[in-house]
Amino acid sequence: MKTYIFKRLALTIMAIFILATIIFILFRMLPGDPTMTVISPALSPEVQQELRHRFGLDKPLIEQYFVYMKNLICGEFGVSFQHGIKAYEIIADRFWNTIFLMVPSLFFAYLFGVIIGAYIAYKRGSKTEISVIVGSIVLRSGPIFWVAIIFLYLFAVKIPLFPTGHMRTPGYMGQGIFQTFFSLDFLYHLILPTLCMAIYYGCYPLLIMRTSMLEVLGEDFIDLSKAKGLSELRVIFKHAMRTSLLPIATSVSLLGAYAVAGSVLVETVFSWPGLGRLMVSAVLDSDYPVAQGAFLLIGLLVVAGNFVSDMLNGILDPRIRYR
Amino acid sequence: MANKASTLSGRGKMQLEFAEACRRTWHFFKQSKLGLIGLFLILMFLVIGILAPLIAPYDPFAKNYSDSGRLKGLLPPSKEHWLGTTLYGRDVLSQVISGTRNALIVGVLTAFFVGIIGLNVGLFSGYYGGFIDNLLMRITDIVYGIPILPFAIVTLSILTRSIWWIISVMSMFYWPTTARVIRSQVLSLKERPFIEAARISGANHLRIIYKHIAPNVLPQTFVHGAFAVAWAITTEASICFLGFGDPYSLSWGTIIFDVFTSQVMYRAWWWFLPPGICIMLVVMSFYFVGRAYEEIANPRLKGV
Repeated sequence: MKTYIFKRLALTIMAIFILATIIFILFRMLPGDPTMTVISPALSPEVQQELRHRFGLDKPLIEQYFVYMKNLICGEFGVSFQHGIKAYEIIADRFWNTIFLMVPSLFFAYLFGVIIGAYIAYKRGSKTEISVIVGSIVLRSGPIFWVAIIFLYLFAVKIPLFPTGHMRTPGYMGQGIFQTFFSLDFLYHLILPTLCMAIYYGCYPLLIMRTSMLEVLGEDFIDLSKAKGLSELRVIFKHAMRTSLLPIATSVSLLGAYAVAGSVLVETVFSWPGLGRLMVSAVLDSDYPVAQGAFLLIGLLVVAGNFVSDMLNGILDPRIRYR
Repeated sequence: MANKASTLSGRGKMQLEFAEACRRTWHFFKQSKLGLIGLFLILMFLVIGILAPLIAPYDPFAKNYSDSGRLKGLLPPSKEHWLGTTLYGRDVLSQVISGTRNALIVGVLTAFFVGIIGLNVGLFSGYYGGFIDNLLMRITDIVYGIPILPFAIVTLSILTRSIWWIISVMSMFYWPTTARVIRSQVLSLKERPFIEAARISGANHLRIIYKHIAPNVLPQTFVHGAFAVAWAITTEASICFLGFGDPYSLSWGTIIFDVFTSQVMYRAWWWFLPPGICIMLVVMSFYFVGRAYEEIANPRLKGV
């Protein structure tokens, strides 16, 4: 078990390392050098040289690479070309915005998914089951950004219940984390994207839950509970569901990783000032320090999610052998 | 002479087997209603994609003007423009039809490369075992963990934005699932007696891998190929939606990107609904066909 964890951990760290290396190489492949956008060609060659020296760009590539890696470990991504402040500060700010969007979304996705999945497994072979399954597959087939646009169109434009995006009403500024994330204004802006993601991503635990419930429902103790005269709901939610939650538990971090990678899309549609949208806009504006940092943080979250899912699988599922 | 006769009969036998496989496949598809729907939709999109320039009523890039010379911008569906026009006076139906070809090229090519890489990694990893297996599977694990969409965006912002780069980037990252499935199949296949027989009769490793094992794992490769088409089309649409698409080809994602950036999105449902519905239908049909085919390849799954 211990070697299993260590091997996985080593692999995860290696994945992050490789990701960082690829990014280093990619950004050095740019025409000119990464400071083209900040160092104006109009400056005199001496000043340009001085600036390059200050950014460390006159050093050999290998040395730059080591400096880059050392900085990454310290969370130092450089200074934003666009805003002139440390990229780290911008990214940290956006990071929390993404977390406060993702956590409730995934929570409700699992709440809907598990309950409906358990219910339709119990109703096996009925019209309800078929329509829920086909419905969730159809919904999942639509790209999330398009589903999000439809949500906005229906619930913010046609029936103006919710705001058409952003995280808070313009002009409203919260003081500190508590006021920012626990105000009514924030909640009001949070509902629509959360609902959209909960329904879209909920299809995944729904289908897993159904399959896993079907296996459990075939077992003897379920018949026994029914024979004891327990109510239908009690059998589903008390007896069968508890046993079939294992595959659900291991899927949480995997879906979380998937959702974080997809935050690029959802945040763009809902104008949510999160990590994904920051990355896209930084890449489009050639603000490379911010783009690098945001990308690596997303990558880190995704890789960590996969790692946690592997661990949970190993711990919870006794059928997995450790090698 | 005898040799030739035997190859002939071998070929005849193969044709028979192929006909049998087709019959069996068709038999299953007939039973799987969803698989049949998927197959029908794919054929429909295929025909649309191939005939795109012929059936598109207008040039998808041309701005349309009315007789009095005014730009026909943002018109709702009418007899002349079945799906209305965009803000810039382009015909939505023609754009969606042209997008079909793009989506199918991206989906099928990516699935093809994913299939080739996944199949080979799975075959070598499963067959040789030991160090090679370890090395290949660790690479697979690492690639599996990399977030494709963010990576594609960063890569495409540096490379030229062309459909070929999008296909390459996606092919490089979608193969791990296929490789893992194929590997686990190969692990059990290589213990079978007919592999032993082939080895004793002097077949070398490569011959055993490609001639004896590969045909048996092809059905699984096709299943994952069908899923890969679906993923690839969604991912490509997402890349284009974020504005990193090929400016010279019309993708469904690009159409939605145009709507989204035009700022008039909520006044023109006819502009953003059709491309999304097309993505949904194509992705769904490949998923259904994949599932139906999976049931043929693995009868134990039937009814689940």
